[in-house]
Amino acid sequence: MLPGLAMGKVVSPEAFLQPGADVAVKKRLADAALNAAKAKGASYADVRIGRYLNQFVVTREEKVQNIVNTESYGVGVRVIANGCWGFAAVVDVNNEAQMAKAAEDAVAIAKANSKLMKEPVQLAPQKGFGEVSWKAPIKKNGFEVPIKEKVDLLLSVNDAAMKNGANYVNSVLFLVNEQKYFASTDGSYIDQDVHRIWPIFNITTIDPKSGKFETRNALSAPMGMGYDYLQANPADKVTGITTRYNMGYDMLEDATAAAKQAKEKLTAKSVEAGKYDLILDPSHLWLTIHESVGHPLELDRVLGYEANFAGTSFATLDKWKSKNFQYGSKQVNLIADKLQVGSLGAVGWDDEGVNTKKWDLVKDGVLVNYQAIRDQAHIIGEKESHGCCYADSWSSVQFQRMPNVSLAAGKTPLSVDEMIKDVKKGIYIIGDGSFSIDQQRYNFQFGGQLFYEIKDGKIVGMLKDVAYQSNTQEFWNSCVQVCDERDYRLGGSFFDGKGQPSQSSAVSHGSSTARFNGVNVINTARKI
Amino acid sequence: MAIILTEAEAKALLQKVLKYSKADECEINIMGEERGNLRYARNEVSTSGALTNQNLEVQSAFGQKVGVATVDEFSDEAIEKCVRRSEELAQLAPENPEYVGVLEPQTYGKSTGFFESTAAINPDFRADAVAKSLELTRAQNLTAAGFLENQKGYRAMMNSKGLFAYYPSTNINFSLTVRTPDGTGSGYVARGYSDAKKLDTAAATKIAILKSKGSVGAKALEPGKYTVILEPTAAVVLLENIFFAMDARSADEGRSFLSKPGGKTKLGEKIVDERVNIYTDPANPDLPSSPWSGDGQPINKMSMIEKGVVKNMFYSRYWAKKNNVKPVPFPTNVIMEGGTATLEEMIKSTKQGILVTKLWYIREVDPQTLLQTGLTRDGTFYIENGVIKHPIKNFRFNESPVIMLNNLETLGKSERVVSTESDRNYLIPPMKIREFTFSSLSDAV
Repeated sequence: MLPGLAMGKVVSPEAFLQPGADVAVKKRLADAALNAAKAKGASYADVRIGRYLNQFVVTREEKVQNIVNTESYGVGVRVIANGCWGFAAVVDVNNEAQMAKAAEDAVAIAKANSKLMKEPVQLAPQKGFGEVSWKAPIKKNGFEVPIKEKVDLLLSVNDAAMKNGANYVNSVLFLVNEQKYFASTDGSYIDQDVHRIWPIFNITTIDPKSGKFETRNALSAPMGMGYDYLQANPADKVTGITTRYNMGYDMLEDATAAAKQAKEKLTAKSVEAGKYDLILDPSHLWLTIHESVGHPLELDRVLGYEANFAGTSFATLDKWKSKNFQYGSKQVNLIADKLQVGSLGAVGWDDEGVNTKKWDLVKDGVLVNYQAIRDQAHIIGEKESHGCCYADSWSSVQFQRMPNVSLAAGKTPLSVDEMIKDVKKGIYIIGDGSFSIDQQRYNFQFGGQLFYEIKDGKIVGMLKDVAYQSNTQEFWNSCVQVCDERDYRLGGSFFDGKGQPSQSSAVSHGSSTARFNGVNVINTARKI
Repeated sequence: MAIILTEAEAKALLQKVLKYSKADECEINIMGEERGNLRYARNEVSTSGALTNQNLEVQSAFGQKVGVATVDEFSDEAIEKCVRRSEELAQLAPENPEYVGVLEPQTYGKSTGFFESTAAINPDFRADAVAKSLELTRAQNLTAAGFLENQKGYRAMMNSKGLFAYYPSTNINFSLTVRTPDGTGSGYVARGYSDAKKLDTAAATKIAILKSKGSVGAKALEPGKYTVILEPTAAVVLLENIFFAMDARSADEGRSFLSKPGGKTKLGEKIVDERVNIYTDPANPDLPSSPWSGDGQPINKMSMIEKGVVKNMFYSRYWAKKNNVKPVPFPTNVIMEGGTATLEEMIKSTKQGILVTKLWYIREVDPQTLLQTGLTRDGTFYIENGVIKHPIKNFRFNESPVIMLNNLETLGKSERVVSTESDRNYLIPPMKIREFTFSSLSDAV
């Protein structure tokens, strides 16, 4: 699900460089809300004072279409009263009276809802951390880079695409900075500074005779990095049939290749439907991991909390309790990690004051754990939360969101070329495309950006109209090889949607190239 | 000052903001809203909350140079600072070749979208409305997960040429999924209204309960092409992809389902069955919406597809000027004209077919053909000789709404529905479609 990013007010770029409220001021405001909540009868309260900065630079061909700078500042207060959750959010808070009012509103909601309650909320105990802070380890703050430099980069990317055969090109640079202050009645006062970046483009080529058009999107990944992501070193590049990128992205080089490939797609062979061995690049596989592993192992889904929108999960508690549910083949190790450097999910503490960690979800193919937060930990017999609670804004209530979930690299040395050498009839897929999965995460369908036909161990040409369909357990059990860590790269989602009202979160998924045998491929060409 | 301003208060505030302006042109947009929600699952309240929000946005232009700034605080000092900042930004900005200036004053039609019944909702109202639903599911040992959200707010704008627009609105959306305790049956219902008096959570809940119990014991059918009856909740998530893709610029540029070889478009051509009529009408009492677009253009009743023919594509003011045509703003509501058949009559006239009550996770596979993929969910049933024989397992489909509307058999009566993909409200009829393409089976319930 890809909803729009939670937007704030439009500001001048210079406003980004002004510091937000001082930590001492935030502590004073937070205490006002915590005290008011307790005075009104709350047994627990937490406060998030958030300043969210977004910058989008939007261009097409030789034009700058839009430069949007937004800032959103406000407060969300969450309480437990009469055993029930309540939440209230207020924009632009700057005094104790507003904080107390928000806390009182949250308590009133909790009390009204407690009439419906049968089981009170159970929170896993969490020690307070006192006054602490965390900063994303960025090398260059994107908000400090002049707008002109960003515009020049995008226009040069567009120019390169047009010179190499594109009919149209749209390019966008997204920058996000979350300045989050969390305080709770457990005694934590946590100040965090999170940065994200995502440079993207979409190139269109048109065949005027047939009226057919094809597109090729950027092979960049959204990252939990600063502007340094746009300064690629040779070591960040993975060469092969097309260049892919690791911790640094060469947008100009990718756009040049993309324009040529979008043109090549116009005359590529339309795929013959059938069973193929799939070689999936990390720039593609991240999305399959996200949908078929990340989401079904969210404990709130498993328990039914998302039944009305995002759905439930096939990975039920009985499968986990059996200790022998074969989620995938022995090659499959899937890891949840909120610490991974450069990832979108990395923070010091989650949005309910729990310190972050790394844990196994699927070990040697067997389901071993889920993703849980404080009010769920007791259900899976754990004494503490996994630290994956998140809210996309001060105005949204925090709930369980996916940590980074990644496929561990293979332990045996194996390169992509070596992997392809053994494939008789296969398709090599690079980049993410269309995606869809059912509400319990069994049946899925994925497209891609680039498809290459493999015959008898060799890449023989480009294909188009490709999508594959499979069932999660069948798919992961068809995984026969994973390349080693030299090929390990992150992909990710900037706008993962979940919840009602829907919230957006950003999450990374790492992997090396992996091989899946005998997957059903369909042809998506139609005539209207 | 209150968060929700009256028309007179909004006008006075906007006039004050405009007095600070020193730019060639100035346009101000303001909004204020209060929202509340109650979410529940496993027959228990989960998260719920309230939000108060307001915003004022100033756009200043010097020639083709445009700057925008906003503020959440409405004090004189904060507002003047915001106007100055937008002017500074405009002076620094590169020339925008697509800026076409602010509009002259316009005349707008009437649309009543604000209802006191909805505006007065408080946490107790929400708890009581949900209690009526929970009583039914708890009594039958079924598991409910639902969401109730109400909103009241206004938007207003004014510009330096004297244009003024104001629109207050209220809305309440309720959705519910009821599952059997063993997880083998699931049913869904969604209701959206401007007037909360129309919401009957108990009546809606009974529909979801019926579908939940009726979907237990689903049998597998072979994937393939089937005649389907799409309930409005299922149809809308496919159809809205047509509405979203009717932008004239993309069509002119050759990258739309409305493009033709040689730079031409399908404007004026028949693209779907001649019984298909799709239009916008902000004054429709069942689906009131703003009679003006975000840039102040009036939105009146206007056809998008008439008797299957593309009547209007959406032209931004810039693209319209460049092509010497009238601008056509993106509509604030969309209505598809229905037929006369009831759902029961449509089932009765079906020899062999599938009743689809909801679709899920719709994603575009090919923008050229608008091919979409997704799955059935929360109640799918096999029809034989005019009756529902049994529930069936869910399918994945790969189908284009354009192809679908060419394979139209029957249209039922339009009703207000909430899209489970975009959350927008529409008036859409149930429809019978032949040769709808299901490509694989899903084990999901």
